[in-house]
Amino acid sequence: MLRLLLLAISLFVSFSAHAEKITVAAAADLKFAMDEIAASFRSASPGDEIEVIYGSSGKFHTQIQQGAPYDLFFSADIGFAHELVKRGLAASSVKPYAVGRIVLWSTTRDATKMTLESLTDPKIARIAIANPKHAPYGKRAEEALRASGLWEKVESRLVYGENIAHTAQFVQTGNAEVGIIALSLAVNPELAAKGGYWLIPDNLHEPLEQGFIITKRAESNALARRFAGFMETKAARAVMTKYGFILPGESIRK
Amino acid sequence: MLLSDSDLQAIWLTVRLASIVTFILLLIGTPIAWWLARAKTWLKGPIGAVVALPLVLPPSVLGFYLLLAMGPHGPVGQLTQALGLGRLPFTFWGLVVASVFYSLPFMVQPLQTAFEGIGERPLEVAATLRASPLDAFFTVAVPLALPGFLTASILTFAHTVGEFGVVLMIGGNLPGVTRVASVQIYDHVEALEYAQAHRLSAVMLVFSFLVLLALYAWRPGAKKGA
Repeated sequence: MLRLLLLAISLFVSFSAHAEKITVAAAADLKFAMDEIAASFRSASPGDEIEVIYGSSGKFHTQIQQGAPYDLFFSADIGFAHELVKRGLAASSVKPYAVGRIVLWSTTRDATKMTLESLTDPKIARIAIANPKHAPYGKRAEEALRASGLWEKVESRLVYGENIAHTAQFVQTGNAEVGIIALSLAVNPELAAKGGYWLIPDNLHEPLEQGFIITKRAESNALARRFAGFMETKAARAVMTKYGFILPGESIRK
Repeated sequence: MLLSDSDLQAIWLTVRLASIVTFILLLIGTPIAWWLARAKTWLKGPIGAVVALPLVLPPSVLGFYLLLAMGPHGPVGQLTQALGLGRLPFTFWGLVVASVFYSLPFMVQPLQTAFEGIGERPLEVAATLRASPLDAFFTVAVPLALPGFLTASILTFAHTVGEFGVVLMIGGNLPGVTRVASVQIYDHVEALEYAQAHRLSAVMLVFSFLVLLALYAWRPGAKKGA
């Protein structure tokens, strides 16, 4: 019995010593795309452990400054990534990985036939956007509404999601009639089945440039470097494109 | 002024929410606690467990179910719409309803303990003096359980002030409507406004300490009274 236990312990110890593990902190708009990329990376290199957690970029940015155990950080706002580099908390330069787009999305009406002007319809009681105070997609939504002169008209009907996935959830549950969410979420089959979207022209807002870094703590982590490299492979880029991200160096095809 | 206008607005909103919830729970929680203290049926177990659920459930579970239930397709949402009340998420009254669920055990459990502490005897005496049950409740049980009422009210108030997860999930973060102090602090931190976050957090810390101090400092006297 004791021998068996010792064997189990030694097996466990040897496994944990050899297998590599990384934790990836990713902006909420990457939810579906990164799930798929991580899955294909896992199947390409079995034995390595990749854990992806999703949340708001601002929060991850703060947490990393406070020593959070993340090895890579994918920020929906490239500015957060630049700032971490400036503070010496990165082990790589900032690598732009995508440009995001925002869309109108609804589960209760046909968003494909809508424009931003449709939001003034008094029958729309609630419009969900991400919190412009700290969520990059929320900032862009506010810019687009201001640029089209609609902000004052719709402001009283806005509700604010904590991040872009939370915003989509307000719309998905029908609590908000319309939402301004990430294209990457709207094209996901699960959400696309619930309702169509209308692409908001990107000349109405600043670009949603996104970038990632390898953090300082992962400086000597080979797996982190391999995963960073994997992002540049054809397979990973195809997934990003599939989920509605425009890749660095590519033009917008919509 | 140390606090910004929006901070003061958040504090005022929080106080208003906690006061209303405490008042409503006094009305709802008292009969439930009374029943739980007296009942001798097997139903006492399941009902007591349901009342205690919010103690154990993560706020995210409660927030998620409430968002679905109060939404346009949910049972609560359909009821409120049929009654012409509109929908509850993103409204102050939505937060009130959510907080009533969330803080229910904090009202019921201290009250139940207080009622159980009275025992049968005083009420039997009241009955022999021909007091109706309702009369006996208000003139005998309530005065005897007064310390319990105070403890329950303070705990309910304080717990509602400390609410965060549920509010975040169903509130929609509207200034003056659903942006309570805890959410305001979260927003400050998210926006990297640490100075503002510090100020409001300090206010919350001092408030929470004073509430608990009042509760514990006052307790020994309560025992003499009861």
